[in-house]
Amino acid sequence: MKFGVLIFPGSNCDHDAYWTIQQIAKQPVTFLWHESHDLENCDAIIVPGGFAYGDYLRTGAIARFSPVMESVKRFADAGGLVLGICNGFQILCESGLLPGALMRNIGLKYVCKPVHVRVENADTPFTSACREHDVLNIPIGHMEGNYFCDDRTLAELRQDHRIVFRYSTLEGEITAEANPNGSLDNIAGICSAGRNVLGMMPHPERASEPQLGGTDGLKIFASIVASFAASRETILSR
Amino acid sequence: MKALVYVSLKKSVLDPQGKTIQNALNKMGYKGLDSVRQGKYFELTLDGGLSRQEAEAQVEKMAREVLTNPVIEEFRYSFES
Repeated sequence: MKFGVLIFPGSNCDHDAYWTIQQIAKQPVTFLWHESHDLENCDAIIVPGGFAYGDYLRTGAIARFSPVMESVKRFADAGGLVLGICNGFQILCESGLLPGALMRNIGLKYVCKPVHVRVENADTPFTSACREHDVLNIPIGHMEGNYFCDDRTLAELRQDHRIVFRYSTLEGEITAEANPNGSLDNIAGICSAGRNVLGMMPHPERASEPQLGGTDGLKIFASIVASFAASRETILSR
Repeated sequence: MKALVYVSLKKSVLDPQGKTIQNALNKMGYKGLDSVRQGKYFELTLDGGLSRQEAEAQVEKMAREVLTNPVIEEFRYSFES
């Protein structure tokens, strides 16, 4: 399974994601430059964290118009796996691949710390290695992670089980205190209707090795690899 | 011709920055302040060749597609010659 990690001017978690995929998940991986339309036959695309195009205007607002994002949009529409992490989540929302928007943290401060998120839906290609209501310990680091959408969208997200991660306590309770940024409904990650696009504020690539303090993040990458292999087997057995 | 575009958060969206500014102004002793909302302001200098109607259509499209995120923001604009 081949991964592609996008690079925008201002991306700064691209190498972390690349390292995790290559060294820990042990999968082929390549960088994809923002000015190219070519996704080089990758099977999954990572939109990494950072400050794409300096986050000028709004986070993710300019990156959305880059050539590579046109290709990512087509790839996602065709069912391709896309994972947006932090700034990548913001870009996916601005692109319309995911609903809603990520606003300035309610406390108006940059927040960088390990948090707990509860897996709300383990039936996605990104969480298949987890069980529902597992609590993962994964760090966040952002200024704009305050998820917002209108009431109708929230109702849809809930009904379709598209809320994938919510900020929780270690015990898995959803509380206001466990919410680091004011996100609506403690939302930390959501997926598309087709389940093939996931955006999340926590950084799984920063929690995939014991040396980094934890390996819960690796479950996301392991899920992607396992889901892709399973989908291949289904196709071959037909 | 210049287009002056004002972008602000929708009324239904909380504006913690505006709230913080309001608190600071209240603390300084300013009275009669009901609320403060923070926004963005853009000046777009347009090619003189555009008609008023064309300019309006273009400014609205740019504001909708790029200058604002319609999920959380709204805009208004005016022209200055």
